[in-house]
Formats: sequence, C-alpha cells, structure tokens
Amino acid sequence: MPITNDFDVIIIGGGITGAGTARDCAMRGLKVLLIERHDIATGATGRNHGLLHSGARYAVKDSESAEECIRENKILRSIASNCIEDTGGLFITLPEDEESGYGLDYQKKFLEACNKAGIESRAISPSEARQMEPSVNPSLIGAVVVPDGSVDPFRLCAANVTDAALHGAKILVYTEFLDFIRQNDTILGVKVLDTRTGQTAEYRAPVTVNAAGIWGHGVAEKAGVHIGMYPAKGALLVFGHRVNNVVINRCRKSADGDILVPGDSVTVIGTTSTKVPFEECDHMEVTPDEVRLLLREGCALCPALASTRILRAYAGVRPLVADDSDPTGRSISRGIVCLDHETRDGVKGFVSITGGKLMTYRLMAELATDAVCRKLGVKQACTTADTPLPGSLDGRIETVSKRFEGKVSLGQKSAAGRQGDLVGKILFETEADKQLVCECENVTLAEIKYAVRELGVRNLQDLRRRTRVGMGTCQGTLCIRKAAKALAEALGDPSAADKLAADYLDERWKGMRAVGWGDTLREMEFMQRVYKFEKPYSYDEV
Amino acid sequence: MQERNISSNNFEQCQKCSLCETVCPVMKNNPDYAGPKRSGPDGERYRLKNGIFFDDSLKYCLNCKRCEVACPSGVRIADLIQQARIDFSHKAPKLRDIMLASTDQMGPVAGAFAPIVNFTLGLSPVKGVLDFALGIDHRRTLPKYSSETFVHWFKKNAASKQASFRKQVSYFHGCYANYNYPQLGKDFVAVMNAFGFGVQLLENERCCGVAKIANGMIPAATRDAHANMEAFRKSVAQGLDIVTVSTTCTMTLMEEYPELLKVDNSDVKDHISLVEQFLYKAIASGAVKPVWKEGWKARAAYHCPCHQERLGLGIFTVELLKMIPGMQLTELDSNCCGIAGTYGFKKENFKVSQMIGKALFDDIAAAAPEFVACECETCKWQIEMSTGVPVKNPVSILAEALDLEKTSELNRA
Repeated sequence: MPITNDFDVIIIGGGITGAGTARDCAMRGLKVLLIERHDIATGATGRNHGLLHSGARYAVKDSESAEECIRENKILRSIASNCIEDTGGLFITLPEDEESGYGLDYQKKFLEACNKAGIESRAISPSEARQMEPSVNPSLIGAVVVPDGSVDPFRLCAANVTDAALHGAKILVYTEFLDFIRQNDTILGVKVLDTRTGQTAEYRAPVTVNAAGIWGHGVAEKAGVHIGMYPAKGALLVFGHRVNNVVINRCRKSADGDILVPGDSVTVIGTTSTKVPFEECDHMEVTPDEVRLLLREGCALCPALASTRILRAYAGVRPLVADDSDPTGRSISRGIVCLDHETRDGVKGFVSITGGKLMTYRLMAELATDAVCRKLGVKQACTTADTPLPGSLDGRIETVSKRFEGKVSLGQKSAAGRQGDLVGKILFETEADKQLVCECENVTLAEIKYAVRELGVRNLQDLRRRTRVGMGTCQGTLCIRKAAKALAEALGDPSAADKLAADYLDERWKGMRAVGWGDTLREMEFMQRVYKFEKPYSYDEV
Repeated sequence: MQERNISSNNFEQCQKCSLCETVCPVMKNNPDYAGPKRSGPDGERYRLKNGIFFDDSLKYCLNCKRCEVACPSGVRIADLIQQARIDFSHKAPKLRDIMLASTDQMGPVAGAFAPIVNFTLGLSPVKGVLDFALGIDHRRTLPKYSSETFVHWFKKNAASKQASFRKQVSYFHGCYANYNYPQLGKDFVAVMNAFGFGVQLLENERCCGVAKIANGMIPAATRDAHANMEAFRKSVAQGLDIVTVSTTCTMTLMEEYPELLKVDNSDVKDHISLVEQFLYKAIASGAVKPVWKEGWKARAAYHCPCHQERLGLGIFTVELLKMIPGMQLTELDSNCCGIAGTYGFKKENFKVSQMIGKALFDDIAAAAPEFVACECETCKWQIEMSTGVPVKNPVSILAEALDLEKTSELNRA
C-alpha cells in the first residue's frame, strides 16, 4: 500500500464545502489533498434549488443567518459571476396567508427584519409584481422585492475545485474514505479506496478536515467522535422550461415547496423537509406524496405549474445538526458548525465543518481553513472573498461569446454561458467540433472534448454536471449515444460507450419515474422504445 | 397528479423525435438553417432564458408549416419560429421587403400603369437594377399587374345582378385576384352565380397581412387584421358566410390572426371557408347540382400547396376535381414548390428556393399534364416559371368545365 506524506491538510468530501475549503487552504499556501468518493457536487451540493439566497427567508427568525447570507450573496456576485444569474426575487403574500397569520402585517415585520439584516428590500404593489414576473399568482395581495438570484451549484463547485488545483491542490475523485490512520489521540491521515481500480492507499497530513456533508456523521464516528447530525431529505421538481424569470418565494414562515427558482433552461420548485434514516441517504427516491405537495404549493406561487411539464424529480439531504426537540427540523438555524475536535473531544489533527448551506460555503471554508491554519501555525489571511473564481473574470455571455471568431453559433453562446471566460479553451478545430451533440442544451462536440480534457470527466453523469449534456427535455434520449461515443473515445476505450450510455439512462429514468405522466410519460415511452429497456416502469395513477 | 398536463406553452409537448426535421424542405437544401426542432421548441427554451440565444438563421424558415403537419405532438413549430422572429428580430425591414410585402399598397400604383410596369419589369436591365439595388433576384419572373382591378370590374359589371340570388356569400378575393389576376375573381363570381349564390364584396377588404408578417411588419399586419375582422363580423351579422380563393390568405385569417397577431377570430372563424371546401360540401350534400360541359376533357396534375395541407383542405379540391367527368387527375407527391410567398423573390433565397422545388418540378415533368391544378398564386408563379407548365386555379377549371348556363338553370329553382 503506497503511503504519501506530502500534504499539510486532507479534506474529505468534494461537495461545495470541501471544494471551497480546498481552494481556501491552497490559496493560503497549504499543500492540499481533497478526496471524494464519487464525482464532485454529487451529494447535497448538486441536489438543491440553486437559489442564491438574499437571506430574506431567514430575516425574521434568524437574523444571524440572514446577515451571513446577504454578505455572502454580495461576495458570490463579485467572485462567481459566471455561476450566478441576477434574477431578483419576490416574496409574495396570498389572500389565504391573511387567515393563517402571515398577511400584510407579517409583511411589514418581514420588511423591517430584512432591512435590519442589511437586505435591500422594498414592498411593491400586486400589479407591479405581476408586471415584474407575469407568471406569479395573480391573486397576490402584496410582494417584496429582494436581491435573490440563481446559482449553478455544479459550476460553482467545479470552479472551486479548478482553482484549488491551479493553486497546487491534489484532487482525487472516485476515492472513498475508509478509515483514519490514528496514533493514540492524534489523527495522522486517511486510508482510502480507489473505487474504480479497487486499490487502497494511505495519505498522511497533520490536519484532516471532515467536509463530507451528511456523510460526515459517519466519518466522525470513525474518529471516535459524535456529531449529532440528522439527515433532512428535501425533494424538488424540475419543470421543462423557464416558467418564471424572477425567484418567487412565499412571504411566510418557511414551509414545504415555497421557493420557485429559474435556473439555466428550467425552473425548480422545492423543497420538502423530512427526517430520513442514514441508510437512505445514498438512495433517495421522491415519493408521490412529495410530488403532490410540491405541485400544490408550487401552483400557489405560480398557477402555470399545474399544466407545465415536469422533467424529473430529485432529492437531496441537508446535513442538519440535530435538535431533538423539533421533529420537522424547520426551527433549526442552518448555522455553520465548525468543530475543532481537539478542544471538543480531545482528538488532535481533526476538524469538522458542517451545517451551513450552499450560500455560505465560502464562509464555512474560511472558518475551517482558519482552524486548520491555527493548528499548523500558519498566519496567511483569507483572500477568497476578493479573488474571482476561474471562469468568472467576466460572467456575461454577451462579452464572453465575442472571444469566438466570426459568427457565434448557438453552441458557442451556450458554452460561453456555462464555461464563462474559460470558453477560449474550447477548441473548434473541425466542422464536427461545431456540431451539437445535445440539441436541447446546445452542447457541441468541442465542449465535450474540453470537459473530458480539462474538467476531469469519467462518465456521462460527470459530463452532464459540467456541460448540461442530456439535461434537457428528452433527458438524453436523442443525444446520449453520441455523447457516450465521444466520451468513450476521449477516454481511450471506445468499447465502453454502451455501458456509459446505459448507466446514464438508468439514472435519468429514476428521476422521470416519479413524475411519469403526460408528456414525460410519452418521453419515457419514447426512450424505452429507442433503447429497448427491459425494466418495467411504474407511474402513479392518483 | 396534474389534472391538465397539456401546457399552454405548446412547445413543451415536443418529444424531440425529430420527425419535423425529416420533412423540412429548407433543412435539406440550406446547411445554414438549424431546422424546425432546433429553431422552434429547442430554441424557445433558451430564448426564454435570454434573448441573446435568438439565432439569425430563423430567417431561412419559409413557413411552409410542413413541420406542423408532421409533428405527432401537435407542436406549432412554424408559429414558434415566426413568433421568435417577431419578438427578437429588431432589424428594420428593408425597402425591398416593404415593397414585396405591401401587396395592397403596391397594387393600386402598379395597376394604374400596368402596361408600362409589366413591360418594364420584364426587361432584363430593369431586373438587373432590381437585383442590384433591391435584392430581388433577376432570374425571377415577376407577377404581372392588371390594368383593371377585380373590384373595379365587379362594381361595373356584376354587382347589380347579385341581389337577385336567394343565397348570398361574402367574397374575400385577396390581393392577387384583385391586382394581378382579376380573371380568377371573375371565374369565382361566374361559378358561384351558376350554383345560385349571390356574391357580395366585404366592406373595405384589406390585405390578409401574410407578406407583412413574413417580413416583420407586424403593426401594419395587425391593423389589416383588425380591419378585416370588422368586415367579417359585419358580414356574419348579416347572415353571409365568407368564401375565399387563396390558400395562404385563408390560413392567415384562420390561424395566424389569433396565433401570431393575437387578433381573436373565434367568433367568425367557423364562417370562413375556402371555395373548394364550400363547393364540395354543397355539391356532395345535394344542396347544389352541377351540369358539366359535354365532351370537356383535361389531363391535369394536382399540386397541394403547403398551407392547404396545413389546413387539411387539399382533399376537398381533389374530390371536387374528380367530380368532373372528363378530368384525368394525377395527384402529385407532397412537396414544397420552394417559393413560399415573398421568400423566393429574395436574391439570397433564389437558389435554395429552386433546389427545394426540384422534386416537384421533376414530378410535374414526369406526369406531363396539360396544366397543373393548384389553389395558390405564388405556387403558380413558381411552377410556371420553373416548368413552363401552365397552372390553373380549381375555380377557373370549374368555370371551364361547368356548363354555366345549364347549371344556373338547374340551381335557380
């Protein structure tokens, strides 16, 4: 078993928290190793709304979270412009909210709390709201405009990983944490398994950071420490196109299905919150009850959802730090929890960073890196709040797409939107490079080649996270063979194409099955016909 | 769980099966055109996100609507493309496009000087100038103008007799019958009168607006649409249904008004019919009876215009023509002739226009008919120019084949 001692810090988990911590540590001059058992952004990072919170949602109950959010909101706008869309957001009040105590009186309280937290917000009339977002429930009685936006979590995570690597970090994906190397009360490093080769290895560093999200619970147990976490499942639905162009929230106490976010070419409604056992975290299925609930609440925000095609359903698990007194989990502050296990539990060389949310990943990373630096005696200050991420030096499609010569094609414009100012690395050398592989999402062969070459793609799901290939209306039915062939060739094993495509379609199928009726059912029948699926599908007749 | 899962955003029904791409005549012949699926439903998803994703190549769509006929999911693909052009193409129409599109403004001017205009437009130096200065292709035979409009003729020669008929219809003649080919209008009046229908003109009929829509002149087209709707409503209120002779005008009145111009026509739509449909139903139901000329014989080939196919009305013409005892009719394969209204007149489209039409031209050559039967005036220009075979409107064919006097006697009772 090879043993490597070259690192200052090992980070477990390639979600946004781990990626941000890797970037911060690397930027402060540390030698970093990041390990991730799947691809980056496969856990909760890739399974949420993609909402760039203004913090307004937390303003009334949790001003600390609200202030954190708006600070990070402003920072992300400046450092991650390519991952963010400034859609603006609305908090709407409906006639029925009056009866449940969340009417216009509550709106006043909400506005005050927002302004106190430093969230720029103002009340507008129902007619102004309808003009600002024509899809909003027209019966609304009031609305507040807040600086919400949408954020692409895949892109944000990838940009952090890329920047960490540019600063010398070593990134090992498909590398699973097995156990700690431990001497008495000191963590010396980790034992890992390369899930593709089956090889194990050991890596040593004076500090290890547990940034494994909900799976961090198990990681901590291996170190003999207990973090009282509990998994809160959140289900979401993806609609076939952008129904709204402004984020729509319900102006009331946080509840299920009260945020509607336009992201890229789709709209997402979410979420639910249910306590689930740890065993389920790896195999989330969205239930008919969850779909029904999300639709009902979604239609209250935006009635058009009642007849809009749903592409798929998915669920993520929030890593909440448990408070046993509230079974729903809603009253828990999504506060950041940074634990130095030496002071907390007497285990040296081990830090856990958990709680928090996508919005505050950078701050979490800063806190975790501060803790690592304290342990190592490093005095470098954090610069992540002022340094733009790769791809985000210029986040505007209009200017970025000018980097191409001649007439800019749709595929090139779309690539500019996804890859930001790194788009120059996409090489359009032949006519075939310009051809679209995925026509729903305008992904060219050149962009696929770039992703395989530079963004560490191993399979089609990885490719999807970096390019949106197969994420459109047909969910890969029409393009995935082309993509599989291109990927298999680029990986040097053309014979792998069938397996790559089959794995991808299995995963798409799972998300479609929960919403298998209407046009989605037709799409499923079409997919089944094209690929001769043998698996039976079930759909809900309720 | 969704009670209605048919979205009003019709593009959502697209399953990406790509059948539309297999029938698009432009895609086969112009590699710069992304095709109906990508320009329509695919493009729409991205245009909803950001107008920057509007692609200039949408101008190559000739709006033949074959994609809509082919679509198994009922997506209004061509409408999506036209709508995107309306919403996102902010280039001002060129002088040429305005001239080509303003059929009812150019008509009266050209008609007043018809002999000079027709002579001049036929001269090759003039065509060279039109080509160079305006971008109207010099190889194109330009439609001729008539010195007397149909409306003028009608008021002078026919209007006074119409009141004597028990049954009455309103006639939407369109710009072509009025300015370019009044004989078609005359044939229409003769045939309708023979079957016992009096013909009335609509009050202030305007151009249907199709050429204006195609050339991005939406406010002007919308004004025309409102004026026409007002005329239709008056007609319907008086109990007169509206009968049309032009396929494309009819499609515009029936489909494009509500879909693209957002002009509601639901109250009169059911009262508008194309003449072939109107007559077939009248004859088939026994409401009117034809008497055919003894010994009239013809060998014809029927070309169904794209928009006739979109309306699903080609079958009426075929069945109507088959009623003529001396008619030997070949039904040509479904193909676009390539002209698509003003599209083929434009220099940049001429080559593609002729490439698209080739399959049809070859079929016509193989069938070697005496003439081609076709309801559409621009198909007529294209086919006559490209094959040399004359094209006749079915109404004109009826006017020839019917014994008009005996038919009128029979239907007078």
